[in-house]
Amino acid sequence: MAFNSIYDIAGSAMRAQTVRLNTVASNLANADSVSGTEAGAYRALKPVFATLYQGGDIAGQEGINGASVQVAGLVQSDRSVEKRYEPGNPLADKKGFVYYGNVNVVEEMADMMSASRTFQSAADVISRTNSMQQALLRLGQV
Amino acid sequence: MGISVDKALGLDQYALAMRLERSKVIAGNLANVDTPGYLARDYDFKAALRDVAGDIQGMRSGDALPSPDFSGDLRYRVPQQAAEDGNTSELGVEQGQFAANAMDFQSSLTFLNLKLAGIRKAIEGQ
Repeated sequence: MAFNSIYDIAGSAMRAQTVRLNTVASNLANADSVSGTEAGAYRALKPVFATLYQGGDIAGQEGINGASVQVAGLVQSDRSVEKRYEPGNPLADKKGFVYYGNVNVVEEMADMMSASRTFQSAADVISRTNSMQQALLRLGQV
Repeated sequence: MGISVDKALGLDQYALAMRLERSKVIAGNLANVDTPGYLARDYDFKAALRDVAGDIQGMRSGDALPSPDFSGDLRYRVPQQAAEDGNTSELGVEQGQFAANAMDFQSSLTFLNLKLAGIRKAIEGQ
C-alpha cells in the first residue's frame, strides 16, 4: 500500500535532517574550541545524503519507486584551520600558537534553517497523508 | 440487466490510485530536496489516466478490472532554476504540487462517495 511507503519516505527525510541538525549542533558547540596542535583542531562535520530507491508497490511494476533519503556518511570539512598567536592560552604550544577549529558559523546557521525547513515539510507530508488515509477509510459511509 | 458496480464507478477509482502513487513520488522529491544530484520526478497524469480509460473502454461485462500500470508515465521534472549540485527538486514547487495533489485526492474521493450513494439509492429503489 502506497500509504505505508509515504510514511517511510517522510520518516527517512526526518531522520536524515535530524542527523544534519545534530552535526550543526556539534559544529556550533565547537566553534570556539582550541587545540594545541594543528592535527587536534576541531574540523566541522558534514553529512552526505544519498537517495535510496524502494521497490514498486504494485507487483510487476519496476518503474514505480519511492525515493527515500539516507545518510551515506559523515565527512570532515577540509577548510584550513585557523592558527592564532595566543601565548597566554594554557593550551598554546611552545611558540605560543593555538589552533581554532574550521567551523563557519554563518554556514552552519544557514544549514540549520535549511534542515528545519525540510524537516517541517516532511512533517506536513505525514499529516496530509494521514488525513488522506482517514478520508479513504470513510469511503462509502453515509 | 445487472448493475456493474465496477463500470458504474468509472475512472474515479483509478484517479484515486493514481493520486496516491503521485503523492508517493512527490513525497520522495520532498525527502530528497537536499540530496546532491537527485532528479525530481512526477507523473504525466493526463497520459496515465488516458491509458486506463482505454483499458476500461475495451472491457466486456464479466472481465476482471484492469490493474493500473502507470509506470510508463513517470517523467523527470524540469526545474525552474538549476541548482549547483544538480538537484532538480525545489521545495516550494514540490510542496505546492503535494498540496494540490492531496486536494485532488479528496475530490476524487468525494466523487466516488457520490456515485456510491447513487448506486445505493438505485438498489434500494428510493
